[in-house]
Amino acid sequence: MEIKVPVVRNILQANERLAAENRKRFDEAGIFVVNLMSSPGAGKTSLLEKTIDELRGRIGIAVIEGDLQSSYDAERIQKKGVQAVQINTDGGCHLDGNMIQIALDSLDLSSVDLLIIENVGNLVCPAEFNLGEHEKIMILSVAEGDDKPLKYPLMFQICSVLLVNKIDLLPYTDCDVSKIRERVRQLNAKGKIFEISCRTGDGFAPWLSWIEEKVAEHGGGTAGQAGRGLRRQQSK
Amino acid sequence: MHELAIAESLLEIIVDESNRHGLKRINKVKLQIGEFAAVVPDSLMFCFEMVSRDTAAAGVVIEIESVGVTARCDKCDLSFDVENKIFLCPRCGEAALELLSGRELTVMSIEGETGEE
Repeated sequence: MEIKVPVVRNILQANERLAAENRKRFDEAGIFVVNLMSSPGAGKTSLLEKTIDELRGRIGIAVIEGDLQSSYDAERIQKKGVQAVQINTDGGCHLDGNMIQIALDSLDLSSVDLLIIENVGNLVCPAEFNLGEHEKIMILSVAEGDDKPLKYPLMFQICSVLLVNKIDLLPYTDCDVSKIRERVRQLNAKGKIFEISCRTGDGFAPWLSWIEEKVAEHGGGTAGQAGRGLRRQQSK
Repeated sequence: MHELAIAESLLEIIVDESNRHGLKRINKVKLQIGEFAAVVPDSLMFCFEMVSRDTAAAGVVIEIESVGVTARCDKCDLSFDVENKIFLCPRCGEAALELLSGRELTVMSIEGETGEE
């Protein structure tokens, strides 16, 4: 007998379930979590290094590094004196909720206010996989060109912050930042755009304030210590 | 190439639903894929063919219904079709929008034989 079974199931539901479990864990621990995405070479690890240098002592930071191969990035971050765990996807083009769940077991979250997950360099696939993060953030370096929001619209649409990096290179490129702003505005006018250079440190103040505000909202950082301690006790 | 991961999840759902409903043979699976989902249908079909080989879902016909992108302006409440990926309200120009459809990756139905008369 031939039958038709109505289903209506999200194909990515297994990942969504794991992402929700991760999110619960982050919220119980009072940790603000960002999923940092970009093309390879846009400056994700450089952004982390510079941000760690600036926020050290005020915010407890941990990093999960996603790469196809090598532990090079995690070693770069560990040199800054913060916890970092490397995920190697062995060819996989994105991180998923399960990989994060496994990586979390090798981090001591008790002193962490901010967890940054550096996704695999890729402007397509990571956009479809939630990890349990509170915010998605992306970097576009000016050398990649101002046409990228037209070509990878989903990534630009879902990110709450776009960091336009390597602005020190603007004189050497044909990139027009006003075109990036206009193209992103059509996709995602609520998103914030910060123009920065990880090399010179230009433009970092607004980005750092944004991070600090978010960390405080989630009960972390110097200002939120008392609240967070309380929440941790309650969740035990 | 994340279509491979999506094809694997799709196969899991098909096998799970088929077992639950006692399907001995699976003929057709209908999917909805949003136009804004970062999925290439041809690539998904190709990956599915690979992962479903030697399973009960081998050779199944996959029918994909594309879903257009729609959004709602949260200022004036207008729901509208998003054209050319411009997420600005055509009535009031406001950019504060909620995506209503366009990111679907959904299994809608599975057709097959129960083996009973």
